[in-house]
Order: sequence, then C-alpha cells, then structure tokens
Amino acid sequence: MTPLLSVRSLTKRYGARIGCADVSFDLWPGEVLGIVGESGSGKSTLLNCLAGHQAPDAGQVLFDTRAEGPRDTVTMSEPERRMLGRTDWAFVHQHARDGLRMGVSAGGNVGERLMSVGARHYGDIRAAAADWLGRVEIDTGRIDDRPTQFSGGMQQRLQIARNLVSGPRLVFMDEPTGGLDVSVQARLLDLLRGLVRDMGLSAIVVTHDLAVVRLLAHRLMVMKDGHVVETGLTDQVLDDPQHAYTQLLVSSVLQV
Amino acid sequence: MTETAYNFAYLDEQTKRMIRRALLKGLAIPGYQVPFASREMPMPYGWGTGGVQVTAACLTPEDRLKVIDQGADDTTNAVSIRSFFQRTAEVETTEATADATVIQTRHRIPEHPLTEDQILVYQVPIPEPLRFLEPSEVETRKMHALEDYGLMHVKLYEDIARHGTIATSYAYPVKVEDRYVMDPSPIPKFDNPKLSDSPAIQLFGAGREQRIYAIPPYTQVVSLDFEDHPFDPSKADHPCALCGATTSYLDEVIVDDEGGRMFVCSDTDFCATRRGEAA
Repeated sequence: MTPLLSVRSLTKRYGARIGCADVSFDLWPGEVLGIVGESGSGKSTLLNCLAGHQAPDAGQVLFDTRAEGPRDTVTMSEPERRMLGRTDWAFVHQHARDGLRMGVSAGGNVGERLMSVGARHYGDIRAAAADWLGRVEIDTGRIDDRPTQFSGGMQQRLQIARNLVSGPRLVFMDEPTGGLDVSVQARLLDLLRGLVRDMGLSAIVVTHDLAVVRLLAHRLMVMKDGHVVETGLTDQVLDDPQHAYTQLLVSSVLQV
Repeated sequence: MTETAYNFAYLDEQTKRMIRRALLKGLAIPGYQVPFASREMPMPYGWGTGGVQVTAACLTPEDRLKVIDQGADDTTNAVSIRSFFQRTAEVETTEATADATVIQTRHRIPEHPLTEDQILVYQVPIPEPLRFLEPSEVETRKMHALEDYGLMHVKLYEDIARHGTIATSYAYPVKVEDRYVMDPSPIPKFDNPKLSDSPAIQLFGAGREQRIYAIPPYTQVVSLDFEDHPFDPSKADHPCALCGATTSYLDEVIVDDEGGRMFVCSDTDFCATRRGEAA
C-alpha cells in the first residue's frame, strides 16, 4: 500500500524567519492526522504548503493521484494543482466566510465544484446539492438562501458540504471548530467523524484545541517554533507526553 | 466642413499602430482580452470610446462607415460618432448594412447577414464576463489562463434557482472556440447565434477598461447553458408593427399614457428596407 500523502523535509521560510522546517510524515488512506501547537508554531503555514496555497522553499509533497500514482505537488503545474484542489482535495477554512461565496445561494455554493469539473445538468446539480445539505443537517428548504442568512454553525456545515460534494480523498481542515460555541462544536465534530468514517476520507486537521484532536485524529503531530517536536498515536501523545512542550500543552488544558 | 488639422481618423499613426497590434493579437487568440493603451477621446467614457478607437485604427479612406446604436442609425450616439468620422476621416457613410465596409455598433448585430468584406466593431462597457462574480482582476485573469470557468455556470445556476429559467437576457456569456469565456458586449441574447461562424471580422473595444478582443471570421461561438435548460435566443412574441417582420429583434415602444404599446424592429435600416420593398 502506498501512502496517500508523503511529505519529505518540507521547509518554508519568511525571510530569515522560519515558517516550518524539515517536516516529514506519511498519511495513509483513511487516516486522520492532527497537527497541534500554539499560535505561530507553523501549523497553518504547513497546511497551506501542503494544500498548494503557498509555495514551500524546499521539500517534497508526494500525493498519490488517481491516474498517475505518486506525484510531487510542489513541482506540479498550477492547472494540475487547481484541478486536484477541486476534485481530490478539499480545504475547510476556519472562517466559513473564507471558504464560501457569500453572495451565492447555498445550492450554488455546493454545486460550484461540480460545475467547475464539467457538470452541466441543472437538475442533477440541484439534486446533489440538496442531498449534501441533508447530509450536513441543513434543511433542504433553505437551498436557495444565501449563507449570510445562516448561523455560524450552519455556515461551517455548508462549507463542509461544498467541499465534500465532489468526493475528495484528502481533506485539509484549518481549525474547523474555531469560533463556534461548544454545543455546535460537538454536533460538527460528530458530523465530521461520521463523514470521515463513511467516506473513508483521509484528513489533516490543524487545531489548537486538544479536545478536537482527541475526538477526530488517529495520529498527532505537535509543532513548536516551526519544528515537529513529537509525533505518535493521539492517545499516546496526550496521555503520556514525552517532550517538555507537549507536557506543557497537555497540562494547560482547563479542567471543567 | 472638413477638419484637415486632424490626422486621418483623429488618432495619430503611432496610436493606431498600437491598437492594430492589439487587434492582431486579439484575432490570433479568439476571445482573449488584450490590454491596450486606451487614449482620451473627445467624448466621455461610456459613449463608445473603445469602439471609436478600434474603428479609427481600422478605417481606410476607401471605407464606407455605418454606425448604429441599439440597432438604430438615427440616435444621438450613432449620429455623433458618424459625424465625428465624417469630419476627421472624410470617409463615406451609409445607413445600409449591405453597403458598409466597417460597422460600429452599440449593443446590436444588424439583421442583414454580414459578409467577408465587412468589419463589425462593438462598443464594450465591461469586457470581463466574470467581473460581477469575482471582483479581483488578478484572480479573473488567472481564471481565464487556467480555464477555471465553474463560476460562470454558478451565475446561470443562480438565475434558474431564483427565476426558474436563465434570466440573463443581454451580455449573455459565450465560449469562443472551446477556450475563452467572453462577454459579447450587451447585445440581446437573441443576437448571440449570429456571433458564431460569422463571415465578418468582429472586433470589441472597451475604452475605459482598456481591453480589446476579437472573433475572427468563421469562429465557433457557443452560448453557455445547462443540458436541461438550453440556451434560448428569445425575443418579443410579436411581428414588427411597421414592416411586419416576424424574425427580427423588436423594441417595445410606449405610445400613450393608457398603456398602449407597439413593437417595432430595433434595426432601423432593416425595417426601412423592408417597407421600401413592400411599397
């Protein structure tokens, strides 16, 4: 079996500063990898480099494409990378506003990916959009409402539907539950867990919320100052942290 | 009165060269928007400065020019542009579509079929078909380069979701030679089929936006649509009240305060010719 995503010595610098340095890992099909660390530790930089939003300075990102097997997405041409971005990859932004078209109806938002890869049958597109709204627990009667009329939690679920409609194999998530209140968070996590399991998705979840990774991630990577300081199974890392920073991180969680 | 103080067709020769270069590039890449250094013209932006510059770059002393505004030869915009070139280029002018070699148009394609000896120049207010969907020019140029046109269909999807049918009735987006999505300028969608496979050269000039694009003769131009909501080049369901034509594009004219209205050909030359023939 080949890993779905294989990252080798990925480095991104901002001038003299380090964004992330010498990151290597493998992600296997169906696996969810959590990346935790404090603000400024390079988690988002790493995610953006992986998803092709930023160009890394060094290293390889090998993605197991459907047609040609493992390809380095860093050296891929922009059209190929964009095609991956709207077929096999999905990117869930922290702020739903960044990932949605706020002036376009919910149905149009979900249908955009289908239309961008050539769907030209209105009835089919609308049926797929309605189906996905149902799956993320949005009333299908609101298919023609704009995201501006949705609550924060609904917007985030709409963003997930919009991303998953094309049946991606790899989902990048940047703080998917950030800014939502806990009960909405819980429902969203429940939904994500179900979708990951049912669709056999692989995912990379960046968050600073350890409770989120405990629920979602199989494996965990802890970052500090641009470097990976600890990796391992989620339970293992959270219950028996080895690195001093991870110990600090785990012990800093407020106990309710 | 002639104005010999002006260079032929108002613009200086270097400017015309620059515009011709942009035109040639546009013709070589059908539907691609070529940036050009649009000049200040002695008329406000929005009055056809782009079309006027393209016409000026195309005119030769032997040309016969026709100018129409929404199909009509006798409206302010058409009359003033026609007299502008009469004064600055001293070219012959005509109102008969068949007699013209260069036709500058605002928002219509003449009803009379065009020939290989003719050039049709469109005035374009907003050349970017994706503008109202994606405000960033940097991003729209990337989308054109990468053929990333899903967004265009999102607009049509929104139309159907809201109105039950594709409600866009003018400036209806087209795809040229299966590559570039293009704004055909605000012509009614009734005229869209005439864009395709036309024997005449079609040139588009946007003065304020500083863009030129072109459709060479016999180029395939397809109006975007959905399989289950196909493109429909609709028009008012009436015959022309003056000439009785059933196939031409019609203007609705309010004739009194009691809601009385009549439908007449928007192409005045077409209508007059038919009435001449009928008489």
